[in-house]
Amino acid sequence: MDLTVLITKAIIILVIFGITLLIATYSTYAERKVAGFLQDRLGPNRAGPWGLLQPIADAGKMFFKEDFIPAQASKWLFILGPCLAMLTALMSSAVIPFGDSIRFGQYEIPVQGIEINIGMLYIFGVVSLGVYGIMVGGWASNNKFSLLGAIRAASQNISYEIALGMSIIAILMMTGSLSVRAIVEQQAEVGFFGWGVFTQPLGFVIFLVCAFAECNRTPFDLPECETELVGGYHTEYSSMKLGFYLFAEYINMFVSSAVIASLYFGGYHYPFAAQAHEALTNALGANTGHNVATAIGTVLFFGKIFFFIFFFMWVRWTLPRFRYDQLMNLGWKSLIPLSILNVIVTGAGLLFNFNYATWAIVAVMVVLAVMSAAKAPKGAVAMQKA
Amino acid sequence: MLSDFGVIFLFIVAAFAFIGGVLFLASFLRPDRPNPEKLSTYESGEEPIGNASVQFNARFYVVALIFVLFDVELVFLFPWATVFGQRNLIAQTDGLWGWFALTEAFLFVGLLALGLAYAWAKGYLDWVKPQPQLPTTDSKVPPSLYGQVNEKYSSSRPKS
Repeated sequence: MDLTVLITKAIIILVIFGITLLIATYSTYAERKVAGFLQDRLGPNRAGPWGLLQPIADAGKMFFKEDFIPAQASKWLFILGPCLAMLTALMSSAVIPFGDSIRFGQYEIPVQGIEINIGMLYIFGVVSLGVYGIMVGGWASNNKFSLLGAIRAASQNISYEIALGMSIIAILMMTGSLSVRAIVEQQAEVGFFGWGVFTQPLGFVIFLVCAFAECNRTPFDLPECETELVGGYHTEYSSMKLGFYLFAEYINMFVSSAVIASLYFGGYHYPFAAQAHEALTNALGANTGHNVATAIGTVLFFGKIFFFIFFFMWVRWTLPRFRYDQLMNLGWKSLIPLSILNVIVTGAGLLFNFNYATWAIVAVMVVLAVMSAAKAPKGAVAMQKA
Repeated sequence: MLSDFGVIFLFIVAAFAFIGGVLFLASFLRPDRPNPEKLSTYESGEEPIGNASVQFNARFYVVALIFVLFDVELVFLFPWATVFGQRNLIAQTDGLWGWFALTEAFLFVGLLALGLAYAWAKGYLDWVKPQPQLPTTDSKVPPSLYGQVNEKYSSSRPKS
């Protein structure tokens, strides 16, 4: 029994690792294809049919490139930096529930690395550790560009982490549990309108913006802002270590898409899931029907994840980069006060058993935005931003 | 029996194995021919002057300090958020628990929001905003004339 558990866990861990790495690899391909599509060109199309082997060619290149450590750098920290970034990126997918469960004779195996009751806290903690990878690497390079990039990255990540945590807390207040699975189940219980995006519209927007900042994606990619800082924190990196940094970014993107999908879009739940489950168990028998229902949920969950990964790319090729003072103002002066307000209004609403209280803030914000747009003279909106 | 965190430990071990394995494998495959030029610090082709222990804006430090305060707040709010809405606690205390917990958190968050407002009012959150400098020339042609010409011949812009 003990050995069976260990083996199943080992298999699940390997499968999750495999899926994470596969999706991250093909995200690099998808990013270039999406970029090509948005800029009206083809994107990679030479390696294999439709360029499908491009990521493998890239990985091969990473293996065969010379890897040098600058003479001025502190050697071990220089190696530790990308390893830390990769480690934290890989660890965070352990607690995400990818589906309900698979029934296998008398066994019931949840489609998840591990169900722990502090799942959200774990993800939040591991994601916070990610900043060390960048900071250590940038500092150890002993290069001015790297150092500035690393400091910017650290400052940006910690600034947006607060608003991220506050928007998570608003979700936790509604569910009363830190387990990601419990959060998903609770949304499924209410049904389609119980999804986090309907109960926490403001929290969703804050979380999304902060996820962009935490992943260092455009419009928040100031740490690697190539017009000012050459390559930012990875200026001195080459070969596999550079690969780790780039790869960690894509894994982070996958994990944050998965977290957004499970916190705000019902995870593996879909409308009429309970009815579908009942119909399938009636038609195919208890075990097979349950497994098929789980498979549908998992496929839809991955659909949601892929949509958000696409959204990350879409935004990257649509919006220009922020200036540093704009970035800090948005984080400290808009998102943090808004997220505090969000927590307070959510709490007040919950006392009266009303789950949709935060729509009030959204309504007020929309009214204010319309009023300021109406008041401003024509053509002045663009000027205000400058 | 493997505990929950045992599995997470397995996960970390697997991640370590993956990273170590890839780096180890890559060290066999790649060439290794260093020379002083390759190993010098890259600063866009210039000879680097000094090392990277340079001064940077002290504001980064202030931001880190404020962050620590707020992060500690978050750590306290996480357990609060899980017990806040618990039905049985509310039922046992006749609804008093919810009000009590909410007032407590309001006081707590309010104090920190006050701290944020203080830092804001003191200008610790203000970053240096780049001031665009328009180049001035000694030309006899006033700059407004160029503006007029642009205005006259720009048909792509909608007239407002």
